[in-house]
Amino acid sequence: MTKQARHTKTKRYGMVIDLDRCTGCGACMVACYAENNVPFRKDESDKMLSLNWLRVFKVDNGKPFPDTEICYIPKPCMQCDGRHMEGHSPCVSVCPAVATDYDEPTGVVSQIYTRCFGCRYCMAACPYHARKFNWWDPVWPADMEKYLNPDVSARMRGVVEKCSFCYHRYQKARDSAYVEGRDEIAENEYQPACAEACPTRAITFGDLLNPEHEVYELSRSKKAFRLLEKLKTNPKVYYLTAKNWVRRKADNYLEGESPADRKPAHKAETASH
Amino acid sequence: MTTPAIPEGVKRCSTRKFAIWLAVVGAVLLWGVYAMFLVWYKGLNQTGMNDAYGFALWIWADLAVIALGGGAFFSGFLTYIIGKKELKNVINYAVIIGFICYSSALLILALDIGQPLRGWFIFWHANVHSMLTEVAFCLSCYFGVLTIEFIPVVLENPKLDRIPFLHHLSHNLHEVMAVFAATGVFLSFFHQGSLGGVAGVLYGRPFAFREGLLIWPWTFFLFTWSAAAVGPCFTVMVTWLTEKVTRKKLVKQEIFQLLGKISGWMLLTYMIAKIADTLYWAVVTAPSKGFALMDFYSNNPVYGIWILIAELVVCGLVPAFILISRKGRENNTMLITAMILAVIGVCINRWVMVLQVMAAPLLPFQEWYMYMPTWQEVATTILPVAYGIILISLAHRYLPVFPQEKELNPGN
Repeated sequence: MTKQARHTKTKRYGMVIDLDRCTGCGACMVACYAENNVPFRKDESDKMLSLNWLRVFKVDNGKPFPDTEICYIPKPCMQCDGRHMEGHSPCVSVCPAVATDYDEPTGVVSQIYTRCFGCRYCMAACPYHARKFNWWDPVWPADMEKYLNPDVSARMRGVVEKCSFCYHRYQKARDSAYVEGRDEIAENEYQPACAEACPTRAITFGDLLNPEHEVYELSRSKKAFRLLEKLKTNPKVYYLTAKNWVRRKADNYLEGESPADRKPAHKAETASH
Repeated sequence: MTTPAIPEGVKRCSTRKFAIWLAVVGAVLLWGVYAMFLVWYKGLNQTGMNDAYGFALWIWADLAVIALGGGAFFSGFLTYIIGKKELKNVINYAVIIGFICYSSALLILALDIGQPLRGWFIFWHANVHSMLTEVAFCLSCYFGVLTIEFIPVVLENPKLDRIPFLHHLSHNLHEVMAVFAATGVFLSFFHQGSLGGVAGVLYGRPFAFREGLLIWPWTFFLFTWSAAAVGPCFTVMVTWLTEKVTRKKLVKQEIFQLLGKISGWMLLTYMIAKIADTLYWAVVTAPSKGFALMDFYSNNPVYGIWILIAELVVCGLVPAFILISRKGRENNTMLITAMILAVIGVCINRWVMVLQVMAAPLLPFQEWYMYMPTWQEVATTILPVAYGIILISLAHRYLPVFPQEKELNPGN
């Protein structure tokens, strides 16, 4: 390297998922498996043993036919900013070996697989069950190993893994920008596999602090909300819906409380970063 | 003339009987060892844990044995720091029980990590913000202290005591034991507390999360207090069980009663703090996160409100009131029953702070997560019990653990 990379603006990469657009097709899950070398077993019926970095949940409004309504909720890692918006997400601060990292320049929470010794304290801390443990050694069907993504390391038995917002794609985009002498990368240069694969464009990805990125406006929409906001984990994954019953599925409300009483999802603290 | 291995003036069963006893307990131990190797060889897929239950039976066992092993540090504190000299009659046993509890806890921790060969990362790459780091450091250091406290007890074996160097080493260690007792108290305060902090800092888990003082959640202080309260109860309970098995009185009843009185007041004050903590959590903390109290005690097959009542009333207030009353302490059945209840109470507390935390659903579209341990988990949890029984049997046979034994059993 002959020149130093210049300082770039701090980013807070985040995702906005429009639940009213999601059809539950599962393309995002498949893309995630393929992109991130996520192994699978013959029997994947027990989802709490599955290594799904992104899982699509199916919820309904609890009403009988013909008033039944269905909603699909894709749930990747929420990439929490933590209670005080300073990166102390539930999982990062508890890891005893600093194997869970909060990347200050991007806000991405990632896992250092070679550092993790599998205590699973981060899993106990995560309210979203976004963290997955390698209960078995990864085994792929014959020849499938040839199709593994060389940019993502495969994980061994006994360590925790999770969605990284396809951070390797960010690194690649940064490298390309550097070679071309640019400080910043464009919105479309860094997109995670799930956002790319979504056929209905339900998943939008970008820098939540950058007004030129689509997620900036979307995350500030009146329809925007986050999962379990009352826990103050401050996720960077936002959801959109016009349906009140769907919003009720996203958090816990005491008797007499309603999602309509809540403040807008996007907190002022995020903007100040 | 050869020196007998058994301490002078006490009667022990025949070698044959002792060997049969060891063989029976040893068989259970081997079963546990087999399960342990299966877990190490094949991995944690040998357990009933899953992504909802990152922590399960083993972490509960860890927390429970450490709380119960708290008798060692608290008895040491009372004996050497406060100056309750009469507790010297039980301190050896408290140290042995503590040693068993803490070595078991370390073994279970070694089993419970996905990459056991990387266990040292917790020291090498330590994250100072993690309660588990504090647990690892204090636990290991305190185990070192317990080992130092255990050594002079071992050196009092008649055969070893004949060797001048070991005799003097043992004597000198006894002389400086107050220093180690004080160190043990300091370390125990932090590791018992940080074990409470492990659950209390989980702000994403409303069932466990507690506010607190500076960086320490209230569970930090509650865990230390409860271990100090119930640890001596466990020491008395095991001593009483040893007396039943050996059919001998080993410690004077006054010692049991003194420990009972101290435990009783500790337990009562702990229960006041625990009830205040529970009320604040139920009325302020949980509702601020969208949960009503009964959300945590309904719609599931196991965790009803009974478990809270069992912990706070049946195994908390009831034994506390028995132990603080003279009448309760003077009635041996009441005394032992109260102590057993207190031990069960602290085990329930550790259970809910691990297992119920994992079980309670957070997202409204999720169900309660239930968990069933595999035989490998059960066997490896029973393994420390078998190991403890063997160590206690050997200690009782070959070491002068109970200074009052000769006096209490003059016919031997």
